[in-house]
Amino acid sequence: MDINIKAKLGKNTIKVDSQKHIKIKREICKDCREKVCLYVCPARVFTLNADGETALELDACLECGTCKIACVKNALEWDYPRAGYGIQYRFG
Amino acid sequence: MEDFEVIVVGGGLSGLSAAYCLAKEGVGVLVIERGDYFGAKNVTGGRLYLNPIRNLLPVNWEQAPLERCVTKEKICLMGEDSSVSIELSSQKFGQKPYHSFTVLRAKFDQWLAEKVKEAGAMVVTKIKVDDLILDGGKVRGIIAGEDKIPANVVLAADGVMSLIAQKAGLKNPLSPIDFAVGIKEVIELSPQTIEQRFSLKENEGLAQVFAGAITKGMFGGGFLYTNKNSVSLGLVVKIDDLMKKRPQIEAIQIFEDFKQRQEIQSLIDGGDMVEYSAHVLPEAGFNGISHLYSDGILVAGDAAGFTLNNGLTVRGMEFAIASGVLSARAINAAIKRNDFSSQSLAEYENLLKDSFVLKDLKNFRHAPNFLDNPRLMTLYPQMVCDVLEKIMYIGDYPKEKLSKTAIREIRSKIGRNIFKDGYQALRI
Repeated sequence: MDINIKAKLGKNTIKVDSQKHIKIKREICKDCREKVCLYVCPARVFTLNADGETALELDACLECGTCKIACVKNALEWDYPRAGYGIQYRFG
Repeated sequence: MEDFEVIVVGGGLSGLSAAYCLAKEGVGVLVIERGDYFGAKNVTGGRLYLNPIRNLLPVNWEQAPLERCVTKEKICLMGEDSSVSIELSSQKFGQKPYHSFTVLRAKFDQWLAEKVKEAGAMVVTKIKVDDLILDGGKVRGIIAGEDKIPANVVLAADGVMSLIAQKAGLKNPLSPIDFAVGIKEVIELSPQTIEQRFSLKENEGLAQVFAGAITKGMFGGGFLYTNKNSVSLGLVVKIDDLMKKRPQIEAIQIFEDFKQRQEIQSLIDGGDMVEYSAHVLPEAGFNGISHLYSDGILVAGDAAGFTLNNGLTVRGMEFAIASGVLSARAINAAIKRNDFSSQSLAEYENLLKDSFVLKDLKNFRHAPNFLDNPRLMTLYPQMVCDVLEKIMYIGDYPKEKLSKTAIREIRSKIGRNIFKDGYQALRI
């Protein structure tokens, strides 16, 4: 059964930052075969595009940090979104 | 901006608790929170145990916007298609002084921030601290965008990722061995439904943990907490195990498979999912604690790694509150000495050592090692389910002695490992 993560995330309040808070170091990422980011992320921020490159859907990001911890090859430049942006939990 | 003696980075439980105590002592303190409001970036499972912190943080706990007082504790061992539950129903837990409450952080943190403001601290939201002002390795304040704000002491209370403690050189990059990811949904149900479904009185709540087949051999477990008019349903799994799992499986899928279990579906039936959240948890216990202080800086709460999972109770919030309060005491003493050096702030660690924070963490230092055992996560829960299922089942053949069924099951599934695991269990 495919999970509709967009529908789940649609319940959240996320203020999208035009500036990217996570960046991929392509020179490291392109040689990575495990690509754990694709399945550890609870918001499916990481996908593979048609060229087989890792793509980012930062609008979905829950700022949990799992990708940063799991990417042991250190291919991610990771920071929180700028103040005033990102997830704003109403329950937490 | 005016000068502050103390800047607290992060308006979660440790930061707000520290600021509350400092402000009460008349110390000029600024709390900086990056969320639009306090609690906006924070997630708990969750429940708060009150006894350890009731007197440490002298707020009016009776007015705190907590959810339900936990009077029922349930442990559910899950097999592939069966489960066994043990329930503790405690009248004691429902009497004053109350033992523990379920919590939703957005509500609670905003309330606590109000108390901090009333105590005289300056609190700001929507500001992200980017860096520290460093002077020969000594922390002298913070940098947020274009603003540099000097202070005698900075408290890194910026949560589990703690970029600030890392910038101060107090914390190494985080390793997947030491952390787990938690996924949670808040599912709305009417208070009447919750009380009927879980056999609870008004304001009483249930805390339930799930272990076994749901984590597919990985370290972790599920949880369900009843709030006033919602339940918090979640699953935690160790990041390292998730990375090594073959065939690969999405964290999202593990949570969804858990949610789709018939045992869970019957509990959330008719509910309306209103929030989907995720958060990282420190899981290394005592051995995962960061350096706690340096010149002009202290670390508290999740940032320091103060969480404790002994398999049955999962605790973090009261460690955050206590470490915040104790950091305030150490800072206050440093202010009186007018000495903000590492040696002066070292008092923080002594205060923690004398408190339940480091005592409990040290006592349970073998827990992470014990819990990191695939047999514990899968085999034993499955075995308990299988043994009970076989004992309770009446077939169209003569029933063998109960002890024979049990011994055969245990012997065939565990063998000699029971001694090894039993020894580890005794160290907890």
